[in-house]
Amino acid sequence: MRMLLTLAASAIVLIASPLAAQDVVITNATIGTGDGSEPIEGATVIIRGGKVVAVGQELRPDPSLPVLDGTGTWVTPGLVAAVTNLGLVDVRAVSESNDAAASSSRFNAALDVTPAINPASQHMLVSRGEGVTRAVVMSDPSGAIFGGQGAIIDTGADPDPITRSKAFQYVTLAERGARIAGGSRTASHVELRNALREASDFAAGRWSGDGNLLTRADAEALVPIVSGRQKLLIHVDRASDIRAVIALSKEFGALDIVLVGATEGWTVAAELAQSRIPVIAESLQDLPERFEQLAATQSNIGRMQAAGVTVALNADTIRNIHHLTQHAGNLVALTRVPRATGLSWGEALATITSRPAEAMGMGGKIGVLAPGAMGDLVVWDGDPLEVSSTPVRVYIEGVEQPLDNHQTRLRERYRDLDESDLPKAYDW
Amino acid sequence: MVTRLTLTAMVALALGACTTATAEEAGAPKSASATSGNLPDTPDVPYPSTYRAYPGAPTAVVGATVFDGTGRQFDGTTVLFRDGKVEAIGTGLDTAGYTLIDGTGKFVTPGIIDIHSHLGDYPSPSVTAHSDGNESTSPTTPDVWAEHSVWPQDPGFSRALANGGVTSLQILPGSANLMGGRSVTLKNVPARTVQGMKFPGAPYGFKMACGENPKRVYGRKGRKPSTRMGNFAVNRQTWLDARAYAEDADRDRDLENETLVGVLKGEILVHNHCYRADEMALVMDMAKEMGYRVTAFHHAVESYKIGDLLRENDVCSAIWADWYGFKMESYDGIPENAALLHQAGACVVIHSDSDQVIQRLNQAAAKAQAAGTRMGIDITDAQAIGWITLNAAKAMGIADMTGSLEPGKMADVVLWNGDPLSVYSRPEKVWIDGALLFDALDPKRRPVADFELGQPGEGDVK
Repeated sequence: MRMLLTLAASAIVLIASPLAAQDVVITNATIGTGDGSEPIEGATVIIRGGKVVAVGQELRPDPSLPVLDGTGTWVTPGLVAAVTNLGLVDVRAVSESNDAAASSSRFNAALDVTPAINPASQHMLVSRGEGVTRAVVMSDPSGAIFGGQGAIIDTGADPDPITRSKAFQYVTLAERGARIAGGSRTASHVELRNALREASDFAAGRWSGDGNLLTRADAEALVPIVSGRQKLLIHVDRASDIRAVIALSKEFGALDIVLVGATEGWTVAAELAQSRIPVIAESLQDLPERFEQLAATQSNIGRMQAAGVTVALNADTIRNIHHLTQHAGNLVALTRVPRATGLSWGEALATITSRPAEAMGMGGKIGVLAPGAMGDLVVWDGDPLEVSSTPVRVYIEGVEQPLDNHQTRLRERYRDLDESDLPKAYDW
Repeated sequence: MVTRLTLTAMVALALGACTTATAEEAGAPKSASATSGNLPDTPDVPYPSTYRAYPGAPTAVVGATVFDGTGRQFDGTTVLFRDGKVEAIGTGLDTAGYTLIDGTGKFVTPGIIDIHSHLGDYPSPSVTAHSDGNESTSPTTPDVWAEHSVWPQDPGFSRALANGGVTSLQILPGSANLMGGRSVTLKNVPARTVQGMKFPGAPYGFKMACGENPKRVYGRKGRKPSTRMGNFAVNRQTWLDARAYAEDADRDRDLENETLVGVLKGEILVHNHCYRADEMALVMDMAKEMGYRVTAFHHAVESYKIGDLLRENDVCSAIWADWYGFKMESYDGIPENAALLHQAGACVVIHSDSDQVIQRLNQAAAKAQAAGTRMGIDITDAQAIGWITLNAAKAMGIADMTGSLEPGKMADVVLWNGDPLSVYSRPEKVWIDGALLFDALDPKRRPVADFELGQPGEGDVK
């Protein structure tokens, strides 16, 4: 079965676009729905019109639909990578190809990643091949504490990557934010409060441009933050900084806050749970890389989850986005380490599927196999959280995706080193 | 003191001169202790290892699946070690007098070895005051030694031990320079001084770097090299000068040339940061031109393009499982690199270059193995474990002492709570020279660095 699926997947590449949404029925698979529950064996998933219609055991799909026998495979929702620079970068160290930060722009909160996303970036293709179908994309704060307006995207092989533009604003109140703001946390907090005040003035028609620190564009961009119509992602790591954000949420009650980082989140887990602020958290960071991360432990996510916090796994600090599954698998490994706190398999999968979706206000739409959700799904050749497993098919809104990329082409060219007839350059 | 000296002397005897690198052998013109006048004598081996094995009970791990590091797998087998050395692997062994550890359902490997680490010279917290890995004031600094930068209180050592089962590691200078300086090989045992961690009898390594980093760092300063051809020009002239130095009967001591002559004599092993296939081929020819050997290319993401050349030149590739695309020269990295090298018959070592990846080298090996399986290259589990044990030891010049569970070798042993090639497994116990230095079942049997005392999370499972 595995070989059959693989063969079919490689044939897809040869089919010329446009790709069309298909009705998909996969039977006899082990299905992780992404909602935190444990995998269901011998299960069926049905996708019609680009949406999930049903998932579970003993379903009776319409006999007219084509059926894929998923025996031996696992099926999950497409992974949701939050937060990332996916689509903004070709090569991080090649500055001409890197749009992750606008360090010398005169604007900050007004920056918007939407027109900069490149669906043809190789990282997009590689991530898709590793099962990532949606990403929360942000612009890194560099010239100011605000990074700008981020988007939720899909990784599909089509020209329109945007799922939701201007989905959130990103701000850092961590060590880095303090350096940017003028050298101290005192400065980053007053920067943020001043910006919120100026945006409020703008919304109320009291903004004149005179005596304001924000540009008009930046003030305007922050208006939906003040009203809570746009999410505010705040990067902090230290326990005291997390408490400061909880205090901020009480001071400005309308703010719709999501925490990013939260390396020391486990030490304030009860307060976080009470605040109902979701967290996109560090997972395997277990070293005091910075003074704001002294309490770092791999049990961070497990302990917060146990306290009732909605926790997603932060993709930003993971070396390659496609290591998401490995990181989630390691959280399961912790359940067998005395005194550590890990996650069940189902909860670990949720940290890279439904939890980031919920944190971003997309719960039930992406990152879950449930009726009505978008038909993003991945067929794996084994347990998706295991390091030896890989996707054999990837669907986005019911459209089967090509899995080839620069890496797979290199692999095929150098499968052997035979140049007896012609140089390798002719092997393509 | 006497015991330690004896141990060191024995190791030196066992290994022969080629691995001990005394000042004289490393190219010093005259015995330092012979400098006359009123100056006091100085030691032949500066900064010697003061490491001594900690006490350990005779131990029998019974009934585990064993990967011995040499590519062999034994099921339901007993591993015996005592007095710091591996005694035997087998079934039906007499375990009377040994502390018995039930290995049923568990796995045993040699201690994991990381050939490329910056623990200690880029320690946590990674603040500017701790940035001690690149002496980026000259493109060639063969005179600097990584051991003079290593901070033994780096909390990263303990994470590598507890989560990664790492028992030996090579700390390298960074890659800003064409010639970055000497590396140091450590036993991953906490110590108050770096000398207390130094692997007795391990040869020095010499860090070199190709490509983007040196030309970027010095090109920005408006000096040579600013191009890849400049990289080679500076390297070649430096080697010519070293050769002239070696042949000069009246030479004075010179720290740069002492290291280079040690390389030319084959006593110091070259570890060359190099990503691109075409550059690696040129470097191998430069080594032939100048009369030295490259032991391993590090980060070698394009090794798969020249597996034949690397096999013929007997050069190892120390690589990540799947890092790619973060700089121009890493753009062609592919997850099948290790498998394709294996297929070509070239030497594979999986390395970390990261305080995070060093905690999961077993998972990196598993990923590289699986990438091979998917393209039809079969690599056994035991061979994949060899990539992070014996192959690393070979390329570090310590394979006659550690890296496998062959009788007589150091009892550097990891008991895993499951298959080490699974994401769900972790070290349960780690012994170094037969001493139990990590035990997941004993909250106190884990190292806590000075830096962590009295701070949030002290002694946590991490």
